[in-house]
Amino acid sequence: MSDTKRYAMTMDPRQCVGCNACVLACKAENQTPDHGFRDWIVTETRGQFPDLTQQIRSERCNHCSTAPCVSACPTGASHVNEGGTVLVTRRKCTGCKACIAACPYDARYVHPDGFVDKCTFCLHRVKQGKLPACVGICPTYALAFGDLADPESDVSRLLRERKHHVLRPETGLEPNLYILD
Amino acid sequence: MSVTRREFIKIGGASAGALAVGSGLTTKWWGMDPDEVVDPGTEGDRVVPTFCELCFWKCGVLAHVKDGRVTKITGNPDHPLSRGRLCPRGTGGVGQLYDPDRLRRPLVRVSKRGGDRFEPVSWGVALNRVAEGMLAIRKKYGPEALALFSHGYGGSWFKHLIKAYGSPNIAAPSYAQCRGPREVGFQLTFGQGVGSPETVDMENSRCITLIGSHLGENMHNTQVQDLARAIAAGAQLVVVDPRFSTAAGKARHWLPIKPGTDIALLLAWMQVIIEENRFDREYIDKHAKGFEELKQHVRDKTPEWAYPITSIKPELIRESARFIASFRPASLIHPGRRTTWYGDDTQRARAMAILSALLGAWGRRGGYILPSGMSIPSFPYTRYAYKPKEPADRPPSLYPLADETLASGLCDATIPGKSPYPLHAWMVYGTNLLQSLPNPKQTMEAIQKLDFIAVIDVLPVEITGWADVVLPESTYLERCDELWAPAYKEPFLAVRQEVVKPMYDSKPGWWIARELGLRLGLKDYFPWKDSMEYAIHRVKAAGFDCHTLQKTGVIKGKKLPVSEEEGLQLAFDTPSKKIELYSDALKALGFHPLPEYTAPDEPPPGMFRLLFGRAPAHTFGRTTNNRFLASVFPENEVWVNTTVARLLPGFEAGPPKTGDRVVLINQDGVKSNPVRVKVTERIRGDCVYLYHGFGHTARGLKFAHGRGASDSELVTRYKVDPIMGGTGMNVNFVRLEPAPASAQDRTA
Repeated sequence: MSDTKRYAMTMDPRQCVGCNACVLACKAENQTPDHGFRDWIVTETRGQFPDLTQQIRSERCNHCSTAPCVSACPTGASHVNEGGTVLVTRRKCTGCKACIAACPYDARYVHPDGFVDKCTFCLHRVKQGKLPACVGICPTYALAFGDLADPESDVSRLLRERKHHVLRPETGLEPNLYILD
Repeated sequence: MSVTRREFIKIGGASAGALAVGSGLTTKWWGMDPDEVVDPGTEGDRVVPTFCELCFWKCGVLAHVKDGRVTKITGNPDHPLSRGRLCPRGTGGVGQLYDPDRLRRPLVRVSKRGGDRFEPVSWGVALNRVAEGMLAIRKKYGPEALALFSHGYGGSWFKHLIKAYGSPNIAAPSYAQCRGPREVGFQLTFGQGVGSPETVDMENSRCITLIGSHLGENMHNTQVQDLARAIAAGAQLVVVDPRFSTAAGKARHWLPIKPGTDIALLLAWMQVIIEENRFDREYIDKHAKGFEELKQHVRDKTPEWAYPITSIKPELIRESARFIASFRPASLIHPGRRTTWYGDDTQRARAMAILSALLGAWGRRGGYILPSGMSIPSFPYTRYAYKPKEPADRPPSLYPLADETLASGLCDATIPGKSPYPLHAWMVYGTNLLQSLPNPKQTMEAIQKLDFIAVIDVLPVEITGWADVVLPESTYLERCDELWAPAYKEPFLAVRQEVVKPMYDSKPGWWIARELGLRLGLKDYFPWKDSMEYAIHRVKAAGFDCHTLQKTGVIKGKKLPVSEEEGLQLAFDTPSKKIELYSDALKALGFHPLPEYTAPDEPPPGMFRLLFGRAPAHTFGRTTNNRFLASVFPENEVWVNTTVARLLPGFEAGPPKTGDRVVLINQDGVKSNPVRVKVTERIRGDCVYLYHGFGHTARGLKFAHGRGASDSELVTRYKVDPIMGGTGMNVNFVRLEPAPASAQDRTA
C-alpha cells in the first residue's frame, strides 16, 4: 500500500490575532493534560516605540518530511504515519526524550503518563474527512490544512497563490507547516 | 507554560541522548507492531446545539457529550454568528460547567453583611427568604424600592419577574459602564444606535478605522471573523490607540494618540476631508443637515492644531485622513464597544458618527448596514398591571438623553439623598457589581444601606459575599433560556437548550424566577410549565418547526436588503428625518451641537493614566476562575513602556523587568495586588495598561483569588457624561512601587 498523501498546514500571520482558540480547541479535542500543549502562540514584536512591527503565529509540530525525532527515537514510537504525519505510539514510548532533544521546533512535551506527546494533525479527525481541531475553530481563518498531493486542496492553492516560508529552513528538515507572507 | 520544553530537556538531556544511541538498534523491532491512530473520543455520543454565554455575543455552539459529560464545545456551522468557529472563550464552557468552585447550594448569610459567611439551606428556605424580603419591601416602600441589576441572557426571566412585581428599576452595567455613549451618539446623528451585534459590514469594508477599539483582543467572534476576512480580501486598517494593540500590528497606520484626545484627532480628520473635498458631497446633500455649521466648526481644527493636543504629527493626520477617505463609502469608522472613557464620550461617538456620514458610510456596503431581526410573537401572559414610577437612577433634569436605566445611577439612588426616591433592596443577576461598577467602595457603602439583597450567580464572585441570600444558578449548558432573534444581516432564531442536567443543587434562572413569582402572588405572569414549553410555544406561534430548531439550534430567516447597494431606502429617525451633523437636540439641552474637544486632566507628576481592556481568553472577571481558559491566560500584567520603566523612581534594586511584580497605587492611595510587569515598546510612556477582570478578592474563587491586579479597585474616580450618564473610567492615575519581596516568589 503506497501512501501518496502529503499533509501540510498553512498559517497566515496577517490574519492571526493570537487569541489562543486553536490552543484551547486542541486541548479539548485531544484532552491534553494540565500544562501540556500541542500548539501555542508566538508573538514577535520588533522596533522601538512608535516604529514597531509585529507578527503573531500559531505554531505546532512541523511534521518534517525528514523528521529528526523519528530517527532519534530508539523504540520506533515516533514514526511517520498517513500523509507524512509524524506520530508517537504511546505504548512504544519510554519517555526518554531523545525526540524532544532532536526537535528544532520545541514541539513535544512529556505527558504525565510517561510518554511523549505532540500534534497529530488530528489524524483521527482527518481520517473522517474533518479538519484538525485548531484549523476548524480558528475565528480568523488563519489556518488551513490539506493534502499537497491534491492540487485542489486549500493548502496547495494557498501555496500556489501566496509567497511563503517555513520556520528554521536552515535545518533542512522539509517542514510541512508553511507560514504565508 | 512556565518551564519551556527546552529548559526541561536540559535537566535530563545527556542521559536521554545516550539512551537514544545505545538502545536504538536493539529495540527497533517494536516497529513491527501496528501504529494505530488514537482517537481521543471527544466527539461524544451526542451533540446538542445551543448558544454560548461566555460573553454576550451569543454564538451558536455544539456541545459534545460523552457518558453524560461535556467533552468539548465547537462552533455550530449553521449559526450565522459562529459559522462553525469560535473564539477562545467559546471553547471554555467546559471550564465553567466543571469549575470546582461553583456555587452548589442556596446560601443564607450568617454574619454581618459583607462578611462572606453563609450557611447552606434548601431551595424552599432560600426562596421563601427572598420572597419575604420582596413582600416586605413592597409593603413598606412600594415595589419601586427594589432594583434589579442584570447582565447575561438568563436575566430575561428576572426582568420579567421584577416588571410584574412593579419596579421600573432594572439596569445592566453594559449601558452606563459600556456601550451607552456610543448608542446615544449614533442615535443623535442617524436616529438609531448600532446595537449588538453591531450593525457594521466589516466583511465588505475596504478600510477599517479602530479608535481605541481593540478588536482581535476583544474577541466578539463574528466581528473578528469579519475583520480577518476583510484583511484577507485586502482591506486596510487604521488604528488609533495609545497601545500597539494586536490590531495596530496589522495596521497601515498606527496613531499612538495621547489618551483622551481622540475628539481633536477626529475634528482634524474632518477638517482635512472637508477642506480637500474628499467627503461624499452627493450623500451629504441628499441625507444630511448642518454641513455648513460643521464646516465652520472644523475650519480651524487643522492637523497643526491637533498636533500638540494629540501628539500625532500633522503629516500623519493628513495622510491617514486622505487614506481613510480614499476608500469611502466602504470605509468603516468602527463604533467600538466599551466607550465610557473620559465623560465626553457621547461627543466622541458623535464625532465618529459625523465622520462616518462624511464618508457616506451609513447604510452603505462595507460601512454601517441596517438589518432587522425575525419577528417572534411573545408568549401571551398577563400585562404588567402596575404603572411604575420613573426609574430612580437620576432626577429628570440630569443626563437627559439616557435611554436605558443607569446601573451606576441605581447604586447612587441607594444612598439617601442622592435620587428622586431611595432604593431599599437589590436583586443582582449575573453581574459582579464590585468589578462592573466603578469605585467598589461606593458600591459597598450602598449595599450597607439596603434592607435586603439577593444575588443569583454561578460562581462565588465578590458580590455574592455581600448578599443576604445567594441563589446558585445553573450554567448555560444546564438550562434552556429565552429565544434569541437579533437584528442581523442574516436574520436567525436561536435556541438555548439544556445540554446536561444541572449539577449540584443549582437551578436554572427561569425556574428560580418562576418560583419567586409564585411566592409573590404573580402566578398569572408565569403560565408556563418550564422554559422549554415557553420557547416551543413562541416558536410554534412564529410558524416554525420546533424539532428542526432543537436539532439544529438555529432557524434562518429571509435575508432583506441592508444597504443602499442592495436597494434599501435610507430613512433617519431623527427630529429632522435627516442625518444630523449639527444637533439642535443637543443645543436645546445646553450641550455642544457639534463635538468640541475638551482637554483631559493631566497625570500628576510620577503617575500614569490607567487604561484597561480585554484579554482574548476572558470576559471580565466572569472567566478568570475558569481553569480551562486560564491555562492560556492565568493572570494579567501591567504594561509599562520600556524607556519609562528604566527611569521609574523607587526601584532601588534596579528597574523592573518583565515578570517582576509591582504594586500599583492610585491617586487616592488605593493599592493593587502585586502584579507582574510587562516592559514593552508597545505602549506610550504616559499610560499603563491592564487586562480587566483580574485581582479577585473573593476567597471562594480558589484559582483566580489574588491573581493579577484589579483595575476596578483602582477606578475610584470617574467622570460622568452629562448627556447620558455614562461613567468615564479612564480618568485614574497610578504610580508603581516594587512589590514586597514575599510577593516576588509566587509562581504563575
